[in-house]
Amino acid sequence: MAHFTKATSVKDWFDQRLAVEKVEKVMMSEYWIPKNINFLWAMGMVLVITFALLLVSGIFLLMYYQPNVNLAFDSVNYTIMREVDFGWLWRHVHGVAASVVFLIIYIHMFTGIYYGSYKKGREMIWISGMLLFVAFSAEAFSGYMLPWGQMSYWAGMVITNLFAGGSLHADGLVEWIRGDYVPAQAFLTRFFMLHVLLIPLAIMGLIGLHFAALRIPHVNNQDGEEIDFDVESEKYLAGKKAESKVMRFANDFMAKDMMVVGIYLVFFFYLVFYNYGFAMDPVNFDPADGLKTPAHIYPEWYFLWSYEILRPFDTDTGLIAFAFAQVIFVLLPFLDRSPNTVPANRRGLFAVWFWVMLVNMIVLTAMGKLPPAGIFSTIGLVSAILFIVMWIALPFITKFEKKV
Amino acid sequence: MKSNSRRGFMGKAFGAVAGIGAIGSLYAMKKSWDPLPSVKAAGFTTLDMSAYNENELVTEKWRGKPIFVLKLNADMLKAMKSKKNDMDRLIKVDGSHYMVTIGLCTHLGCIPGYDPDETSFLCACHGGMYDASGDVTKAPPPRGLDIPPFKIDGTKLVLGEEGSEYKAMKENGITL
Repeated sequence: MAHFTKATSVKDWFDQRLAVEKVEKVMMSEYWIPKNINFLWAMGMVLVITFALLLVSGIFLLMYYQPNVNLAFDSVNYTIMREVDFGWLWRHVHGVAASVVFLIIYIHMFTGIYYGSYKKGREMIWISGMLLFVAFSAEAFSGYMLPWGQMSYWAGMVITNLFAGGSLHADGLVEWIRGDYVPAQAFLTRFFMLHVLLIPLAIMGLIGLHFAALRIPHVNNQDGEEIDFDVESEKYLAGKKAESKVMRFANDFMAKDMMVVGIYLVFFFYLVFYNYGFAMDPVNFDPADGLKTPAHIYPEWYFLWSYEILRPFDTDTGLIAFAFAQVIFVLLPFLDRSPNTVPANRRGLFAVWFWVMLVNMIVLTAMGKLPPAGIFSTIGLVSAILFIVMWIALPFITKFEKKV
Repeated sequence: MKSNSRRGFMGKAFGAVAGIGAIGSLYAMKKSWDPLPSVKAAGFTTLDMSAYNENELVTEKWRGKPIFVLKLNADMLKAMKSKKNDMDRLIKVDGSHYMVTIGLCTHLGCIPGYDPDETSFLCACHGGMYDASGDVTKAPPPRGLDIPPFKIDGTKLVLGEEGSEYKAMKENGITL
């Protein structure tokens, strides 16, 4: 049996039983971060904070929300918004955070793509990150059902209909997912369960995996330089801090990280207090009605690019293109055939690929919001085709890239 | 090798028991997600066909979806006589002809409106048009309005049950 001595302090008492000092070293003061980074490296912490905001606001909403087709709409729009003190705050924090979290995820993703942070042992970071993106998408969709307004209902109808697989007509599968022929009570309650329990559990597990995937390859840096973390951390611990290429996670890196988080939170709460409207679709302030379709059914802004890849084609081609767009990002580490782990601007054609992809996704997002008519419909079609062609071209572009 | 040892055997025995348990639980989970018997029982709607007036569109509800019921008058039938496809889409109950379809545009699921003067349907979402039999006359809808499963029961029509007339329609490709 382990030998315990009389504790000299409270800290020592815990240290003997839980090895808190060792844990603190492993997780914080001797977890090494490269110095050669910029503010984009803070997006991970920004996401953690946003997830915490979603969790806390969600807990308060959960106390008054009623997952019943007859009560849900009023429990949100009357009880929470008018009766509960500060209920509006939780709802607006939750709604704004759900929207902004995707903006940060996209910045985080494109930072990773730009600096090649998915290569040379960092593949699992990328893959677990993309799984998180899928889980967050499912979380956003299931949460969107809960106010049971017109957009909730019809988005639920349209998205579950996708599972019929076009001409496969797998209506049985769609009815199984809904638990009814149309979105109704069974549908609302099961999406409520998914939103408040199963998907958050999966998200937390995936966050753990995402962090664990970072430990061995470590965080990438602005030049994609391969750093010997053992040597550099020795230097740091020996007091040669200026010479060392690394710094402690806490408090060195955290200090700057939290600075960025602070600026972000000012922006975030500005949105919550003064500009929350973008996260609240006016159509969703009409209660769900299965006998009345809204004139335009469109998803929230963060799904528009993939919606626009679905829309310009006929049903079956559209579904295939949509499925392609959903999975292709996961395969990035294997589609990029170049051995270079450097920023995109030093990678020749890949730099063009990166910027065209980024702009094209913004164009797809804009076209997804506009009605599919005239010139917009043509631009949407061209952009959707370009998106697919670029991914198919990626292995060829990177294969012939010069070694830098 | 381990496989010959008692531990190996116990591992395999546990694996077998756990595997059966896992399959059993997956089955239970799948079944728990199925539509409830009460939902399925509510999946039938009986319409009294004698209650409808000629050329007056009535929207009924079946499985949460709008159902168009239109009783055709003699003029409409006359105009349709030459079009076999249209005639095949109609349901004959007690000597009268009815158009009974799911009232959702086959393009993207909007609900088309009926113009009794033109005896045609127009979908406001993307401009699709259908004639009085529910057959498509103007794109983008890929096909005519879908016909719900039905069974003729005297002067009544039971939606949700597949009668011989419905099965024939399905076989002939009149509806999906």
